[in-house]
Amino acid sequence: MSIIQIDQLTKSYRVYQKKEGLLESVRGLFHRDYKTIEAVRGITLRVEPGEFVAFLGPNGAGKTTTLKLLSGVIYPTSGTASVMGFVPWKRDMEYRRRFALVMGQKNQLWWDLPAQESFRLHQQIYAIDRTSFDSNLSELTSLLDVQKLLGRPVRELSLGERMKMELIAALLHSPDVLFLDEPTIGLDVIAQRNIQQFLKHYQEERQITILLTSHYMKDVSALCQRVVVIAQGILQYDGSLSGIIDSFSGSKVIQLQLGIEQAASGLERFGEILKTDMPRVSIRVPRSNVSRVLAEILNTYTVDDVAVEDPPLEEVIASLFHSIAEAN
Amino acid sequence: MHSTERSAWAHGWSTRWMIVKTALAEKLAYRGDFALGTLMRFLPIVTQVFLWWAVFQSLSPEDPHAGRISGYSFRDMVAYYLLTMVGRAFSSMPGLSSSIAKTIRDGEIKRYLVQPIDLLSFLFWSRVAHKVAYYFIATGPFILMFFLCRSYFTAGWPDALTIACFVVSLGMSFALGFYLEACLGLVGFWMLEVSSLLFVYMLLQFFLSGHMFPLDLLPAPFDTIVNYLPIKYLAYFPAAVFLGKVQGTALAIDMAMLFGWVLFFYLLSRWTFARGLERYSGFGG
Repeated sequence: MSIIQIDQLTKSYRVYQKKEGLLESVRGLFHRDYKTIEAVRGITLRVEPGEFVAFLGPNGAGKTTTLKLLSGVIYPTSGTASVMGFVPWKRDMEYRRRFALVMGQKNQLWWDLPAQESFRLHQQIYAIDRTSFDSNLSELTSLLDVQKLLGRPVRELSLGERMKMELIAALLHSPDVLFLDEPTIGLDVIAQRNIQQFLKHYQEERQITILLTSHYMKDVSALCQRVVVIAQGILQYDGSLSGIIDSFSGSKVIQLQLGIEQAASGLERFGEILKTDMPRVSIRVPRSNVSRVLAEILNTYTVDDVAVEDPPLEEVIASLFHSIAEAN
Repeated sequence: MHSTERSAWAHGWSTRWMIVKTALAEKLAYRGDFALGTLMRFLPIVTQVFLWWAVFQSLSPEDPHAGRISGYSFRDMVAYYLLTMVGRAFSSMPGLSSSIAKTIRDGEIKRYLVQPIDLLSFLFWSRVAHKVAYYFIATGPFILMFFLCRSYFTAGWPDALTIACFVVSLGMSFALGFYLEACLGLVGFWMLEVSSLLFVYMLLQFFLSGHMFPLDLLPAPFDTIVNYLPIKYLAYFPAAVFLGKVQGTALAIDMAMLFGWVLFFYLLSRWTFARGLERYSGFGG
């Protein structure tokens, strides 16, 4: 049975439409125009236990709203959802003991106290017995390499260190389901990679179910087998990461290493030249033409090496978002 | 009581104790600022004493001690003022409403909604910790102040029953102040900015709680109106109990009224919180 079941979930907000300028601000005192924003429009989804699923989508696509609905922070406008058999927005205490939400831009630790004290409070709030608490804490702190920072006030930690502590706080009670909203936002490459490695290891070991939203494709490609694309509040794609490229990219990139004294002239007739760095040339070619173009190039030019690659994931996703926006 | 009930009960209280300990540790993190802030609150006493001295002096320039305003001599007035300071040390909740509204506005409230914890209970016990930290610093100056002004308490020490009622009224005024301000803060679910509302409340509280002057000084019909409002229990009532101004049946009725108000604002805060959450849209990302 699915651990997360979402059926026809919708959430709409009424927001005040403020126009620019002082005059409009004064007018706004007497009359206000409201607009209904449909943040989530009929999403249906199933997640199985132990899956690591990424939510992709442009800003304002409805990813975070969906996570908020699943965490029970907000009520839906219509539709149903169940996580581990609980209706999230009923906020059952038993449910709250079994999941965790980590938001990259929000802090749940006590700012002026060492993280250790927040963890102790968590131990009490989540009723974690002493043995589990001690073993979880020592495992998490050693995996994230923060043993020496436990006694330092949170305000004195770097962003990356703080995020590690946030993750520890979220995982101390060994949740079955974890919602991660942009956990690597604002982190440098090394800190990002540390967190990715940790999440990958932890998820594989514990087989917990994780839903992740992130703008970093590297997070997604390193961690998730399954990707859900949400845009304009609608589920646009649900499948593997490589499937996105197959479904949404109509082209491939041919990388050529030309022979010595072989000129690159004339290659443009096969497709868009992406980069020329002699003797290397990259050409974007429609997927259906790849074999014909490749044969023709190899017949006509002296080529030392050749490779056919998928276009970069970021590019595919960007053009996918763009085409969704245009369609709407 | 079943063992599961007993363990839930024990867990509830050990959680509250842990919240108090953690909040206390946080409050004491900035010890310098905290100590200075607490001690500075004693400064208005000096200005108040001078102010009332000037008032009584203008009433009877030859002997200011002989003058009376609505039954209060200068000494009574200073004694009253000191006692309202004690009352306010329990009932005032600096920053509570605005911090609740801010928590809603910038989305920090999500932290309390996803954890197995009740926001209002959490805030209540954090506030208990703040008060404990405050008394830790302020008890010394309070004792000194009462010692220096001991001659101003012309009626001497009240009897044990009055002292007991005074202590209970202080405890209830803490709960009343907390739930009243919590209700105001929770209006943040509807109005993201509550500072104007708070300003109006602070203004009313300033004049009608008895913080500035004894409420007996108010002319009709305001004295009657104020009698039916909860605000008088925040400063005037505990002081009036100590000074023996409310006794017998009147005292019992007032204590029951105070309990009723605490219950009313407790239930109102619960109701406002539940309604607010229904319309909450998870602001602030």
